Amino acid sequence: MSDGAFTTARLPGAAAIRFRPVTMERRRVRVGLILISLAFLGLFLVLPVVAVFVEAFRGGMPAFAEAIFEPDAAAAIRLTLLVAAISVPCNLVFGLAASWAIAKFDFKGKSLLNTLIDLPFSVSPVIAGLIYILMFGSQSLLGPWLKSEGIQVIFAVPGIVLATIFVTFPFVARELIPLMEEQGRGDEEAALSLGASGFQVFFRVTLPNVKWALLYGVLLCNARAMGEFGAVSVVSGHIRGLTNTMPLHVEILYNEYNFAAAFAVASLLALLALFTLVVKSVLEWRYADEIAATRRH
Amino acid sequence: MVRPISTLVRRLRPGLAALVAGVAMVVTPALADVALLNVSYDPTRELYKAYNAAFAKHWKAETGETVTIQQSHGGSGKQARSVIDGLDADVVTLALEADIDAIAKTTGKIPADWRSRLPHNSSPYTSTIVFLVRKGNPKAIQDWGDLIKDGVEVITPNPKTSGGARWNYLAAWAYANKAFGKDEAKTKDFVSTLYKHVPVLDTGARGSTTTFAQRGIGDVLLAWENEAFLALEELGPDKFDIVVPPLSILAEPPVALVDGNVDAKGTRKAAQAYLDYLYSPEGQTIAAKNFYRPSKPDVVDAELLKRFPKIDLVSIDDPQFGGWAKVQPEHFGDGGIFDQIYKPN
Repeated sequence: MSDGAFTTARLPGAAAIRFRPVTMERRRVRVGLILISLAFLGLFLVLPVVAVFVEAFRGGMPAFAEAIFEPDAAAAIRLTLLVAAISVPCNLVFGLAASWAIAKFDFKGKSLLNTLIDLPFSVSPVIAGLIYILMFGSQSLLGPWLKSEGIQVIFAVPGIVLATIFVTFPFVARELIPLMEEQGRGDEEAALSLGASGFQVFFRVTLPNVKWALLYGVLLCNARAMGEFGAVSVVSGHIRGLTNTMPLHVEILYNEYNFAAAFAVASLLALLALFTLVVKSVLEWRYADEIAATRRH
Repeated sequence: MVRPISTLVRRLRPGLAALVAGVAMVVTPALADVALLNVSYDPTRELYKAYNAAFAKHWKAETGETVTIQQSHGGSGKQARSVIDGLDADVVTLALEADIDAIAKTTGKIPADWRSRLPHNSSPYTSTIVFLVRKGNPKAIQDWGDLIKDGVEVITPNPKTSGGARWNYLAAWAYANKAFGKDEAKTKDFVSTLYKHVPVLDTGARGSTTTFAQRGIGDVLLAWENEAFLALEELGPDKFDIVVPPLSILAEPPVALVDGNVDAKGTRKAAQAYLDYLYSPEGQTIAAKNFYRPSKPDVVDAELLKRFPKIDLVSIDDPQFGGWAKVQPEHFGDGGIFDQIYKPN
């Protein structure tokens, strides 16, 4: 009985000293901040992406399929895949070589190389395209020779690949260099002192240490390679069914008042972006421990 | 430690397979007997889509050869630049004589007298500049003079980059020249005021159409007659009206064979036939159906010609202009009249 009396006597007091008034304000600020960021994201990211898909499927599934499998669109998709299939492996090799050189060795001009890698980030893609026209166009120094050999670089697949490689080459290297520098040379030196050969060191020590960053770099590189517009637009020549990549095809369709088809192809590009994000998140979540272990903090 | 590497290698394998397949795809020669590349300007997409199909059929019946025509579209000046830089065009079908002249002069792939090689100054179809206004014409725009009334916003692309925009500019010039009795200062003043009424100066004709029609900016779009009709057809006749001013300019978009390229590729016969067929009754009818005024109206069904209202058309060779060779540097060159009168606000 007395127990019960004690509890009831205490309850009003407990109610009086609840901490809510203090936390309430903090929560308001917190909720406010979260809402602001969500609204911003929603307005500038989610809404446009949703709009792309809504427009793409406005005509229903058959119209969407027709837009994707239409010969010119199919050719644009094939070309985009081909360009990515060539440029991404090239940049994978280059990125690995450059970051290994920069992170593990000391040599003259190292900081210059480090700076040059960032060049494509700071150069406008239009300039990146024009560079190749100046180098390989028929008014260039190389032009007449290329012509006599029957080699078509500009306004053909090689030019598109070159422009794409230029624009995407920092992605892998930029992912790897900070990580490799952070990891230092300790592991490699240990392996060497135990009698490993250079290749063994690379394949058994360095590569496993950076594999997640490498994969992430490749994903980013691939996304940009498929999505690049400016540089490719300059060197493409815009021949339908031949030198139009997906982003260029989207623009053409849009300019032809063919909005449904434009958004259908655009939605494929948006899907690619979402796919990249999902793969990245899954990798980070699945291999969180391993990733943490390769970073030393 | 070794396993993830083999995983990586396995991941790369499909990429390598795709690479090999891709290279094989590029190397495989085209199956068609003849492939022609027509490098054209922006508003002709629909015209050549229809014409290419008709010509392929005609050529097959005539010679038994299968011909595929590839199309490239863009701003007229940009397209000419691409051909100069090596785009392998068999024929060019551009907006301006000056653009084909530029190819002829820089590359020598087209002879200087190209304009006299085909009938009607190598222009199988012509067009003119008309006004596209919002439904019901709320600002009551009837003539060029109405464009500079208070509160009227005019949409036209940049004449420095767009062929169509130069025709717009010259049409306005021709109107003012007549309205002010050939007083050049007043004419300049009118055109200058007109460009103060332009809120967005797009780089190409199609961009301007999109600005006006899709984004809903402006009260009147200065457009090729064919673009105006097409916008009406594609975007709904319930949204816009076409206003035909009493006076406008005669635009003659020229076509030319790129001799240097067709001889290198061995496609001269088909390419020449492709251009010639533009002047045939079928070619002329397709042009008219796509809202281009046929150069040979007598071979086209009279019913189809009713869509083209009679306008007082001023030619570029009129004494006030003196041909493209004079107009281009005088009006649109660096420091030319357009540069003097246009100040972005």
